[in-house]
Amino acid sequence: MAMLRPVTAAPGQDTALPEAPAAGQPARRGRAGLRRLVRAIRYNHKATAGAALLALFCLVALFPGVIAHDDPNATIYPRSLGPSAQHLFGTTALGQDIFAQTVWGTRPVLIIAVGVGLLATVIAMLIGVAAAFYGGAWDGSLSLITDVLLVIPLFPLLIVIASYVQNAGTLVLVVVLTLTGWSYTARQLRAQALSLRNRDFLMAARVRGERKMYIVLVEIIPTMTSLLVACFLTNALYAVLFASGLQFIGLGDPNSTSWGTMLYWAENNEALQTGQYLWAIVPGACIVALGAAFALLNYAFDEIGNPALRPVRRTRVKRAG
Amino acid sequence: MTEASTEPVLRTERLSRHFKIGNALSRQVLHAVDDVSLAIGERQIVALAGESGSGKSTIARLLAKIYKPTSGEIYFQGTPLSSLRSRRDTLRYTGLVPMVFQDPFSSLNPVFRVSHGVMRGLKLHRPELSREQRYAEAARVFEVVGLTPAAEVLQRFPHELSGGQRQRVGFAQALALRPKLILADEPVSMLDVSIRIGLLNLMVRLRDSEGVSILYITHDLASARYVADRLIIMYAGQIAEAGPVEDVLANPKHPYTQLLLSAVPDPRAPLGVGAETDRGEPPKVIDPTPGCRFRWRCPLAIDECHRVTPEPRELLPGHSAACHVARADAVTEAFR
Amino acid sequence: MSSVPARQKPSEQADPVPADPGAVLEVNDLSVEYIMETGSVVAVDHVSFELGPGEFIGIVGESGCGKSTLLFAIAQLLAPPARISGGSVCFRGRNMVGLTETELAAVRWKDLSVVMQSAMNALNPVKSIGAQFADAMRAHGVRSKEQIEGRSAEVLRMVGIDPVHLKSYPHQLSGGMRQRSMIAMAMLFTPELVIMDEPTSALDVVAQRSLMVQIKELQRDFGFAVIFVTHDMSLVSHFSDQLMVMYAGQVAELGATRAVFDSPLHPYTAGLMEAFPSIRGPRLPLTGIPGSPPDLARPPHGCRFAPRCPKVMPRCETAPPDEYWVDGRRVRCYLYAEAYSPQAPNEEPGSPP
Repeated sequence: MAMLRPVTAAPGQDTALPEAPAAGQPARRGRAGLRRLVRAIRYNHKATAGAALLALFCLVALFPGVIAHDDPNATIYPRSLGPSAQHLFGTTALGQDIFAQTVWGTRPVLIIAVGVGLLATVIAMLIGVAAAFYGGAWDGSLSLITDVLLVIPLFPLLIVIASYVQNAGTLVLVVVLTLTGWSYTARQLRAQALSLRNRDFLMAARVRGERKMYIVLVEIIPTMTSLLVACFLTNALYAVLFASGLQFIGLGDPNSTSWGTMLYWAENNEALQTGQYLWAIVPGACIVALGAAFALLNYAFDEIGNPALRPVRRTRVKRAG
Repeated sequence: MTEASTEPVLRTERLSRHFKIGNALSRQVLHAVDDVSLAIGERQIVALAGESGSGKSTIARLLAKIYKPTSGEIYFQGTPLSSLRSRRDTLRYTGLVPMVFQDPFSSLNPVFRVSHGVMRGLKLHRPELSREQRYAEAARVFEVVGLTPAAEVLQRFPHELSGGQRQRVGFAQALALRPKLILADEPVSMLDVSIRIGLLNLMVRLRDSEGVSILYITHDLASARYVADRLIIMYAGQIAEAGPVEDVLANPKHPYTQLLLSAVPDPRAPLGVGAETDRGEPPKVIDPTPGCRFRWRCPLAIDECHRVTPEPRELLPGHSAACHVARADAVTEAFR
Repeated sequence: MSSVPARQKPSEQADPVPADPGAVLEVNDLSVEYIMETGSVVAVDHVSFELGPGEFIGIVGESGCGKSTLLFAIAQLLAPPARISGGSVCFRGRNMVGLTETELAAVRWKDLSVVMQSAMNALNPVKSIGAQFADAMRAHGVRSKEQIEGRSAEVLRMVGIDPVHLKSYPHQLSGGMRQRSMIAMAMLFTPELVIMDEPTSALDVVAQRSLMVQIKELQRDFGFAVIFVTHDMSLVSHFSDQLMVMYAGQVAELGATRAVFDSPLHPYTAGLMEAFPSIRGPRLPLTGIPGSPPDLARPPHGCRFAPRCPKVMPRCETAPPDEYWVDGRRVRCYLYAEAYSPQAPNEEPGSPP
């Protein structure tokens, strides 16, 4: 609920006191937008869990050297050791420290996640919203492109592209995943923009004389922020899973350090069959954890944006002072 | 209120707007507005009243240049709108004839402060002003519409204002452009009853102190009576009756006006309401045949009403009705 | 938070106050709260009224006064975060608060039906009208096809719609016809009580008038009681027996319609009536009511209308007023504090002193 201060009224005006928003109105971004966001994250347990996980991974990605002292690529250690004080997760069949690999492998994964998340969302936003607002032939052609991409099975397409490119490094993966992944969220954004199209403030902007591109960029898109955040999280999640998948089947750069490539090498060396469980499980668990972080945040943002979805909980009633 | 004797601010001549509906197989034409000729003078509030489907909102959108007329012409200060081709000309027109919308909950962009619309309007339409001057002007119009203290209200977000305050922001946005005519499309319909009066009083004040004309579109005859100088009644896309507001309400010539008046609930009027047998509703006018569009519901319809579409005839000074049966001297008694 | 003193809280009572056997509906001390993150908001605050058989009560108030919440609470249709926090709703002597869904289902539509505000929101857009009537009847055990078709046609004729429209979809009907079919659907089992939430607000003035007349005719023919919620006082003025004016979740005034109209006691009622421009009388400048309704999350300490009241007194801002009896009417205003006190134990609500 917005905390309102009364506007002092001149006599005879009916504008003395602002009316309270009806019970249940969603909290909107305002001056205290950031504070409200932080409070919402703390209050919503899904958001807290997701944010905490994500923060942890970001920290690891930013300062890998501080956390892991071993060189992840160095094959100098005794092979296939179990967990110990010196090697928290043991070593690989090639003599590398698994813990170091996990830690250093975080950064490329996050780069892919955030990179694809941002780029795919931006492309989806421009295409989806423009299609909805311009309508007519624009909508027809843009929607056609979107739909065609949606229909093509994603993973086989990725395999074809990645095997053509060969040894796809981080940058290549970002580009490939972005180009194939924007269409899904473009549809969502177009649908929402269509429903917003008849709002009076957009008509008011048109009547005021604003150009169409201005309206799309300045009037429509800022009102779609919660959906855009959701699209970002969706795309990031998609990127984590599919990048790791591509690397797992060997289409990534096998010499790079990443969770997916760890899985690749583990699979090549039959880690699970030979009892080197941690080698396969640890990177797999990390992928799951990062994916879960994005998914939890996605649910939470849905609830923050739409109070109807929130779980009903009794709080201690604060008496008005 | 003095009638306009000079060139009216805005005048339409046989304005029509049709929409193609249906799919490619059965092309039908919806006649939303047909042959409407009206005039709005300086410092005048003209109420355009009618039920939903009567075409009143379409007329507003035609006058705001959101739609293009199918036929007929609109003259603003003598200049036909069809001659406005460049973006600059259109911009100038929309600054002189801005629109205020009906829904206080969707007429303001929720992510921006309420100063946004006013400032953008000023930037587009009065580019000669500096940023400080724009801000001062925004504060001035907010004061005029009663949103005080202006500096504080300008910083608020729409959800922090009540419905009545948001509608006032709409008027402020229009006022900042220094308009000659404000198109107000049902500005109070979605407000609480006790708030409406404030907005209606504001409109009267704008006419008197700012010299602005207002086209007040409504379905509520009582509020039309309260603010307007002239009243135009629309039915099924055409003008049924037009004239000074007191004349039309005291001496309605068109049977439809009579029907509307008999249906308006007035708690102060004595009880003793006759049974209302009319169940009809205004028709959707699709591919119409000639004849009065009210004939199916009119107890006074004669043969001519089924053959010839009535044109508005001036029965009393400034008071016209489009009806074959209405006469200047007699009282039309269709509905009591 | 409670403003009305010395009424028994539901937890302290064994049974609700013994119901008047003649009354169709007795609402006693009903309170509804919304549970929000920042605390609870009381949307309906200790509302009581009684409805006899065939009686028509109009509940009038502006947005945020709690009238729609009250309606939903009476019909037991509240969903979280709203919940009934106190009081009782006795329909034919039986308290409906706390009944299970199955018990409520037996009562719903057979004895008590609801007409919503917007037919387009309440009717299923992908089913024909006839199919929706059939759904409702089958849900209450009517199986025979002839019975279903016969009754569907009968109720449509009752509201003045040609039964051929049973095959129509909602979007094919006009606004007025949709609302009438909603009312027809509510009449399927000729209930004893029909609750209507602003059924005419989406209609034009002529359609509104004819719908009201229709409702009154049906009431006369079938004898059901009606609760009619609206923001438009003048609409119910000719049709209701009792009038209840709500403000900020509380009952401001309750009494016979004509009495309330001819001499409104509560300053809010008077202000509200003043805010309607007249179409026939003299053309006078009006002022409306300055200010806005209070934030129900933090209601004012005293009378909730005090910040906007033209007749405010010092005591109005210190403590909230009780309801006082004046000539068979109830008014929540200190102006009448010298009249009958709220603790009139021998008087039944609604009866003259």
